[in-house]
Amino acid sequence: MQLPGPGIPGPGSASSEEAGDCAMDVPNTTKQAGPTSGRGDRVVAARTVTRIFRRPEVGAALAALAIFLIFAVNPVSSPLWLSQAGFVGWLTQAWQFGIMAVPVGLLMIGGEFDLSAGVLTGATAIMIGLLANEFGWNIWLCIALSGVFAVLVGLFNGFLVVKTKLPSFIVTLATFFVLRGTSVGLVEAINANSTVVTVLNPPAGTDLAKAIFGGSVGSQPAFPVALFWWLGVTILGMVILSRTTVGNWIFAAGGEPNAARNVGVPVGATKILLFVGTALGAWLVGTIQFTAGLSAVSEQGVGYELYYIVAAVVGGCLLTGGYGSVLGASIGAAIIGMALQGVIYARWPSQWGFAFLGILLLFGVIVNAVTFRQAQRARR
Amino acid sequence: MTGNPAPNASVQEAPGGSPRAVPLLEARHVSKYFGSVIALRDVSLEVRAGEVTCVLGDNGAGKSSLIKTLSGVFPPDEGEILVDGNPIHFSGPREARAHGIATVFQDLATVPMMSVWRNFFLGQEPTRSFGPIRFLDQGRAKDVMKVEMAKMGINVSDPNQYVGTLSGGERQAVAISRAVYFGARVLILDEPTSALGVRQSGIVLKYVLQARDMGRGVILITHNPHHAYPVGDRFVLLKLGRVMGSYTKDQINVAELTQMMAGGEELAQLSHELQRLGPDQPAIREAAQELAQDAAGEI
Repeated sequence: MQLPGPGIPGPGSASSEEAGDCAMDVPNTTKQAGPTSGRGDRVVAARTVTRIFRRPEVGAALAALAIFLIFAVNPVSSPLWLSQAGFVGWLTQAWQFGIMAVPVGLLMIGGEFDLSAGVLTGATAIMIGLLANEFGWNIWLCIALSGVFAVLVGLFNGFLVVKTKLPSFIVTLATFFVLRGTSVGLVEAINANSTVVTVLNPPAGTDLAKAIFGGSVGSQPAFPVALFWWLGVTILGMVILSRTTVGNWIFAAGGEPNAARNVGVPVGATKILLFVGTALGAWLVGTIQFTAGLSAVSEQGVGYELYYIVAAVVGGCLLTGGYGSVLGASIGAAIIGMALQGVIYARWPSQWGFAFLGILLLFGVIVNAVTFRQAQRARR
Repeated sequence: MTGNPAPNASVQEAPGGSPRAVPLLEARHVSKYFGSVIALRDVSLEVRAGEVTCVLGDNGAGKSSLIKTLSGVFPPDEGEILVDGNPIHFSGPREARAHGIATVFQDLATVPMMSVWRNFFLGQEPTRSFGPIRFLDQGRAKDVMKVEMAKMGINVSDPNQYVGTLSGGERQAVAISRAVYFGARVLILDEPTSALGVRQSGIVLKYVLQARDMGRGVILITHNPHHAYPVGDRFVLLKLGRVMGSYTKDQINVAELTQMMAGGEELAQLSHELQRLGPDQPAIREAAQELAQDAAGEI
């Protein structure tokens, strides 16, 4: 009987081969320290030009510019596109994606998804409306309670993902259905089979809340105040990611969770925090949308969770986590807003907007994959 | 921090490993059982400041159980662990780290898509207060990282460079110099060379020596006697959870070490099988001859 041997001696012989070289290699490498560092300098010098283009948000910025120019040059869309109304139009679309793209992008960098983020924007809005209608409480109390609810949803998602180690894709898909079902069911039960919650007798504090969240500024057609929230959330997200300890942990939690744990990073807590972040983002969007019209629809926000992910990916966030940009995700949201609104101005059938997004998404994923591979490639 | 007076004192006492110095970390008659499986039985070893203790063993010899016992992942069932000569019970890896015992795992040491400076300070980031908010002190982090890496002989000209673009050996260097900077007195290196080529292995072994020369105790876990022998001061051979032999460098040479580790008869057997498989192929013949030499202990 012949034993299948080759697999076993292979490594053995390799290591004894190494051994001869290696004993000599130790003093050798000490001498080579100079040339090694020299090569390091040269690599860096070559990279300074390309480094700008390797930043994850640069691709998104170029794409945004291209799309803006397409509708600016097109003679059909151009007059409206370049007017104030044109800007208000696409920005009004964009902020809804933008405020969420930031926490969703951070979550994605941390290695997780949240499919319940879209429906939660509607659920929080409905909750404010129902509380205001049923109890007539001060609107700020209703908003605060809705925020508490959002935090609980985020904690639920986070704990479930961290403790069960199940994919967040599935866990939050379940949350998505639960939220969707209960918000529709609850509204219809309370609201005499209507899916719309409208506050006809605004409770105390409504005017101020509307001015802060749902108002608009400037001459007609006015810009929504929500744009400032979008800007603020983006800056906050950028600062957290690149300037704080938590930002470091987010990258590590998504990039190599085991290595992060080995050096004492609280990976689970970081992820739970990120889920609470997306929930709070949804609450902010829900609050803005509710105060703008003093009404909410029970299926509001359903399906938007995919736009948030598209925005984050187009903005350079890696689907597998560990890499990405908050600014990029925000630019991604602007791209979605421009694409969806631009096709209307250009009088193309609105479905073309989706085709546009599909192509952008594909493009974004490919660019990310290439960047990732380049960054992973080890110098040997 | 590195300013702990205890290790410095012992370093000055024993730069070459004076036998009178108290071992930084010592395992005495340690046994560990998992149900009826004996993971470790009666294992003793020690590591002193400025010395490298190599733990050698094939797969399943109990190396990882030993690492986990020494680094506080689980307590020994029998025997004791001593730090600076005092018996100690670690409640977990965190407490072991607090006593200056740092473990660097082979693949799980760094995050590839993060910059060198972010990796270096991961989990122990320096911060600067700005009002009530604390921000990363990036400038200090980058400066310290450069200085510490330079001590290992690596010139990092771009602190923002991703660790993923470093070679395998350099990544190990980041992990080792990070552990040293954060006060590790004993470094436990788990198979640091097993995934690396010849040149890179040599570089990592150089860092082992550098850490040793800084007065740290190093426990080098490996299955390769040729990597262990040039850098080690003591050698502990594990087989099936037991210590097969424990030697200082002057008691053993690399050939004997190889022979003991693989078991001479087993190597001779492999050599025969190889020759039977491919008598006409020079590569296989050569490999078989090398095995036969290893088995006979003649290198």
